[in-house]
Amino acid sequence: MSLSMLAAEKAKPNTRLSVVDCDIHPVLRSDLEILPYLPERWRDHLKTYRRHLRQGLHGTLTHMRMQVNRLDAVTPDGGPPGSDVDFMRSHHLDQNGVEWGLLQSLQPAAHAERNLEYGAALATANNEWQIAQWIDKEPRLRGSIQVTQENPEAAVREIKRRAGDKRFVQVSMSPRAQEPLGRPRYWPIYEACEEHGLPIGLHVPGFGSGYASTPAGWPSFYLEEHQTFAYIIMGVFTSMVLEGVFERYKGLKLVLVEGGFAWVPALCWRLDKAWTRMRSEVPHLKRPPSEYIREHIWFTTQPIEEPENPEDLNRVIEWIGWDRLLFSTDYPHWDFDDPKTVFNIRMTPEHRKMIFSDNAKRVYGLP
Amino acid sequence: MHVAVPGVKTLVPYLDEYWQERVRIQQLERLDLSLTSYPPTAPLSGRPDWRPQQGPPGSDLALLQEKALERFGVRYAILNCLWGSQVLFAEDMAAAFCRAVNDWIAAEWLDRDSRLRASIMVPTQNPELAAAEIERRAGDPRFVQVLVLAGLDLPLGRRLNWPIFKAATAHRLPVAVHAGSAYRHPPSSSGWPSFLLEDYVSNTQLFAAQLASLVSEGVFAKFPELKVVLVESGFTWLPAFAWKFNKTWRGVRTEVPWVTKPPFDIIRDHVRLTIQPTDAPNDPAIINALIEQIGSDDMLLFASDFPHWQFDGDDVLPDGLDDALLQKILVENPLATYPRLGELVA
Repeated sequence: MSLSMLAAEKAKPNTRLSVVDCDIHPVLRSDLEILPYLPERWRDHLKTYRRHLRQGLHGTLTHMRMQVNRLDAVTPDGGPPGSDVDFMRSHHLDQNGVEWGLLQSLQPAAHAERNLEYGAALATANNEWQIAQWIDKEPRLRGSIQVTQENPEAAVREIKRRAGDKRFVQVSMSPRAQEPLGRPRYWPIYEACEEHGLPIGLHVPGFGSGYASTPAGWPSFYLEEHQTFAYIIMGVFTSMVLEGVFERYKGLKLVLVEGGFAWVPALCWRLDKAWTRMRSEVPHLKRPPSEYIREHIWFTTQPIEEPENPEDLNRVIEWIGWDRLLFSTDYPHWDFDDPKTVFNIRMTPEHRKMIFSDNAKRVYGLP
Repeated sequence: MHVAVPGVKTLVPYLDEYWQERVRIQQLERLDLSLTSYPPTAPLSGRPDWRPQQGPPGSDLALLQEKALERFGVRYAILNCLWGSQVLFAEDMAAAFCRAVNDWIAAEWLDRDSRLRASIMVPTQNPELAAAEIERRAGDPRFVQVLVLAGLDLPLGRRLNWPIFKAATAHRLPVAVHAGSAYRHPPSSSGWPSFLLEDYVSNTQLFAAQLASLVSEGVFAKFPELKVVLVESGFTWLPAFAWKFNKTWRGVRTEVPWVTKPPFDIIRDHVRLTIQPTDAPNDPAIINALIEQIGSDDMLLFASDFPHWQFDGDDVLPDGLDDALLQKILVENPLATYPRLGELVA
């Protein structure tokens, strides 16, 4: 097959796969795109101050990406990748057989905004924008209710405001919060999520809490910063389990997005082992930590770890459970996982179907 | 193995006149300066049957001899000391206390049992002072490695830390990175967890970040002879971490042109890990799968972690390791890692 034929073959819409993509990024053309959705009070504020974050560089990531987006995802009119619903439809949803696409909006950094009232307004505006620019225009897309976790009262208000709109399927906040997410200040948010049957989807954020992104301090390179996605999610996972969040909110579902999953077995073994020594410190836990994980936590697959021996991926998934993984692409980011090629292992048709769609449909109640 | 400094008072004879005076006027004798990472009374810090009648776990030579050296048939044991000097902010005081700790270990431990070896405790707060301490103690062949805490002011690979690696490699001393932190940075990127249990579990992220730093900054390219030993890090997290690290490196390696081969290969060449704690079910199938994923028989080193409570009874090794690998873990790997162990003590 010639290269051009191969390219044509690859570009054909995929009719065989049926995929629920649990991590798609809708992107603002600029911060100003959110203006019409903000109340008057905050419009001038945005134009004047933009964002007030816990880092030295204004409004851009401190660990600059070697690549940010797929180069082929630039929109036909030259706009930022992920900023045009029509192009996303043809370039991603159709081509990759996406049956449902879950939006994870990382802008305009409402989660990380220091001005809490402004952060809440940005989150509300973002939710309005998701409806108007994405969900209304493409019925396969589903939204994530953005809330500012540092303002739990506003977060709960926002959850209650959106919960009736079934096109929002989860609540989204930052896993790099001001306190480990299991701590009581965030419990009202979990209570609201449980009450409305909404899973929490925690996506690794670009902008942080102000604390170093690793317990060893600030890394120098993006290569290191990319590894922190796993550490961030590991920290959330540990905190929410050990604080007893799942003992308290027995119906709560947690989806951890873009933190990887190959580390899960080792961390579970470590947690269970350390817990046998120090369970007197956490008497509110009634069971070994790993048991809560098997009932309450799911992981998205991208960026999938690639073992040196591909079959090790099978082993790892056996250890975690085939029912715990939700497929995701991270479109349009550079480290996109292609559903056609990403699982370089033998899988039974049942397992494939679980990871690519059934698990997500069950977690999110999608038909 | 761990030895514990019972308190500042113990060290006074090993301090110079100026620091003896400082201890006196600041009334420091009353302090034990133990670490938040290892409160002496916490379960992990001392196995119940390995705790002395008096003093903190690890402060009794006879107990160490009976419960560990004799029980496990130990030919050589390396003592690691974790103490407040590693986390002080005043770097001159840190250096003075590190000197005193090293001299105390030589006099009170190494001189009393010929099976014992030790790590040089260094004031990482100031890498130049740390290098000076390595130079000062390196002449004593019973000191077989340099010891630093896993959580420091800066990521370990940062170039400001390179004087430590330079001095260590000059004397063929591996650098041991031990679990625990000076808490310059919280254990999670969301700040301070509630529980000691949480801190302990998060050592995984700390070690992973330090490995990422050492490789990414080019420490092993600059010091090709360097061995780094992760102590009490656990080892079952390593494959998953390294798979992701390899994958990201393939995408962004132009950022770190001195990293010329996959990070996992560099780690296999330069990094060793102790066998405690074995964070996995005691299931030979799982253990052997993990060993296979690690992909090298050279990396694991035997450790009891005495007096820390990692296991009960004599279950110091997981089940299912074959004899050849056991021989590597128990004898050959440590001898290869620590060139000084095989040499006659002058």
